[in-house]
Amino acid sequence: MKRLFVLTLVACFSISTAFAIDPEEVLDDPVMEERAREISKGLRCIVCKNQSIDESDAMLAKDLRILVRERVAAGDTNEEVTDYVVDRYGEFVLLRPRLSPKNLVLWISPIFMLIIGAGLAVYFLRLQKQPEVKVAPLSADEKKEIDRLTGES
Amino acid sequence: MITEIGHYALVLALVVALGQTIIPLRAAHVGDEKGMTFAKNASMAQFVLVLIAFLALMHAYVTSDFSVENVYQNSHSEKPMIYKIAGVWGNHEGSMILWILMLAFLGALVGLFGGNLPPSLQARVLGIQALIGACFLAFSLFTSNPFLRMDPVPVNGTDLNPLLQDPGLAFHPPFLYLGYVGMSVAFSFSVAALLEGKVDPAWARWVRPWTLLAWSSLTLGIAMGSWWAYYELGWGGYWFWDPVENASLMPWLAGTALLHSAIVVEKRNTLKLWTILMAITAFSTSLLGTFVVRSGVLTSVHSFANDPDRGVLLLAICIVLTGGAFVLYAWRGQAMKAGGTFQTVSRESALILNNLLLSVILFIVLIGTFWPTIAELMTGERITVGPPYYNILTIPLMMLLAAVMAYGILLPWKRGDMKTVSGRLKWAGGLTVIFTIVAFYLSGFRNILAVVGCLIAFWIMLSTLTDIALRMKLFQIPFKTSLNRAAGFPRAFWGGSLAHFGIGVCILGMVGTSLWMTEEQTIMKPGDVIDVADYQLRMERIEILNIANYETEMATFSLIRNGTVVSIVQPERRWYPVAQQQTVEAAIQPRWTSDVYVAIGEPRGENNEARIVRAYYHPLVMYLWSGSLLMAFGGIVSLTDRRYRVGAPKPKQASPKPESPTAAPDAMPAE
Repeated sequence: MKRLFVLTLVACFSISTAFAIDPEEVLDDPVMEERAREISKGLRCIVCKNQSIDESDAMLAKDLRILVRERVAAGDTNEEVTDYVVDRYGEFVLLRPRLSPKNLVLWISPIFMLIIGAGLAVYFLRLQKQPEVKVAPLSADEKKEIDRLTGES
Repeated sequence: MITEIGHYALVLALVVALGQTIIPLRAAHVGDEKGMTFAKNASMAQFVLVLIAFLALMHAYVTSDFSVENVYQNSHSEKPMIYKIAGVWGNHEGSMILWILMLAFLGALVGLFGGNLPPSLQARVLGIQALIGACFLAFSLFTSNPFLRMDPVPVNGTDLNPLLQDPGLAFHPPFLYLGYVGMSVAFSFSVAALLEGKVDPAWARWVRPWTLLAWSSLTLGIAMGSWWAYYELGWGGYWFWDPVENASLMPWLAGTALLHSAIVVEKRNTLKLWTILMAITAFSTSLLGTFVVRSGVLTSVHSFANDPDRGVLLLAICIVLTGGAFVLYAWRGQAMKAGGTFQTVSRESALILNNLLLSVILFIVLIGTFWPTIAELMTGERITVGPPYYNILTIPLMMLLAAVMAYGILLPWKRGDMKTVSGRLKWAGGLTVIFTIVAFYLSGFRNILAVVGCLIAFWIMLSTLTDIALRMKLFQIPFKTSLNRAAGFPRAFWGGSLAHFGIGVCILGMVGTSLWMTEEQTIMKPGDVIDVADYQLRMERIEILNIANYETEMATFSLIRNGTVVSIVQPERRWYPVAQQQTVEAAIQPRWTSDVYVAIGEPRGENNEARIVRAYYHPLVMYLWSGSLLMAFGGIVSLTDRRYRVGAPKPKQASPKPESPTAAPDAMPAE
């Protein structure tokens, strides 16, 4: 079944090899380059399947990488760059969906599940709990007897 | 001719499967003993028939019989033999046959070795197993038949996808399928138990070995898949949260939860309903994965089969099997009465917490995978759920899970107290902090996540070792006596410890690769030297070679450390002319502490020998694979536990003398 995942990737790799960032794209300023890569990792290569533009070698990903670097070089903040790209390509490019009303279920439901599950577990544990029976500790003789029975000395 | 025999055998197998579904289920209901024994024989007949069909298909591939359409589409006469064989399951139709073969094989095993099962339970298990088989046999014959001939016969085939012509990928599907299909046995046992209206510790003991087998196999399959992604895709990643990967992760998570909750049923006769639910979930997610991958329902997956007929039929199978099981669960579930009671602080509670966390993680993967489809149906807008979503939500839960695990393995059944356990863990805790500090002193501080990851990894490993040491009474009694004790531990204990330790090793690998990696990419021509972490990499030459069914451009690099060449690495770019495809073969110099990973790309610049070169320094990658191997191996060791070897419990018989009388609560037979 994983094979299918392969076919998925074929779509991305059939034309060229798995080479993403071209050394020529890299910005001279290492701080800016680092930021550009950070932003790129959160943006999806639209023609690929679930890959960020940082990893993809598709032409469109390359164009987007250059665009991101242009915006970074122009002085945009990370958010501004991301918004700029989203304005043009839609939220589809965001690998991390926004916490907006329409994605609320996506973000909230796991937390909801955790709370409900924890509640059920606590309820079940309460159900299980029985009055604790006080047990007197074993006497020395009893301990000896156990050791004898279990074959240990 | 052989192909027709295979085709015929597959049709017969469907008939047998239908008989094996109806007769035993009816017989178990009315108490007809003859009908119940029929199930055993039918399960073996079904396996033999499917085996004939599978071998016939393999024969067509091995002899490159291009009159069979499936062979024509997925093979080529010049392909190496090993990939001709792997080509059998390297496509939708063939992989379906392998899927069915494994299903029939496991069914036959239940028939063969299930002699000590109550006859009605065995008949029902085999009946349900055959129902699943019948569904998929019908699916295969009517929509995905690999035995169809074509006329005129083509001269040669269109070749197997080159990306699949790789040992890592050729051999991981069988493991994955065995994992998916293995969950079917736990499913059949659960549905049968619901029909019987009875779940007891003996039931859990019958279910666990199958789940262990499936789980170990799935673990190996997933690890091999990500190993392949690591070396074949050329940028050193190994997990992408791709829907198809998620499809394999979901049954793994459910299976892990099932393995743990089945222990509680076996030892303590409680959590029965939950365990049945997990067994149904494990197989349902396997089916869901099969459906998702083959129907094209997920827009983000390029699917095996985009034929809507197949999708609809698969969905119908999913709904009938899973829906039916859940309805039965709701209807008959109340019949299961819990047995043993326990206190809030106990191993039972720790295992409940383990299951809760695993289920929530499973839910996150599920909703993340399907949300884009749901959102598109609701709003018409396409969105993406990518790795950041999964990382943010699952990592904290996984960390919590790891912390709970350390306590869980040290807590006794029924009643424990945190103080004692914390006291026992003080060495593990102290050493964890020291190891983490040493690790960061040596590697340099990068980010907080790496620190937390390291803490968790060391914590898991050390608490597992603490557990072993405590049970051996290490340092409390003479060393030799300790060793004797250790030799007497049940294999289930060793298996569990290995798997737990393996998780720690794996986490260390993940931290290493994702957080300590360094990357260099540049243009190089022969003679150029670059620095990669502590190494220098010198490009020596580049050449073009013709090998088997592809042409390759191979670069040779010297890996230099402290002025001496430590090894030669040769990354390639291959061109498969028949399939018209290019693949990247990264060269990896694996070491215990780190991999050096080199891949070459397209030509650049004036010099026609200059190439884009990507070089990575991946610390601790080896830990990722060895951790996974440890986990799978732990599962297998656990599978060979005495209680499975001596067979399921026979209450009347005197229980065998425990190998290690005081070792552990797990050592005790569950009767």
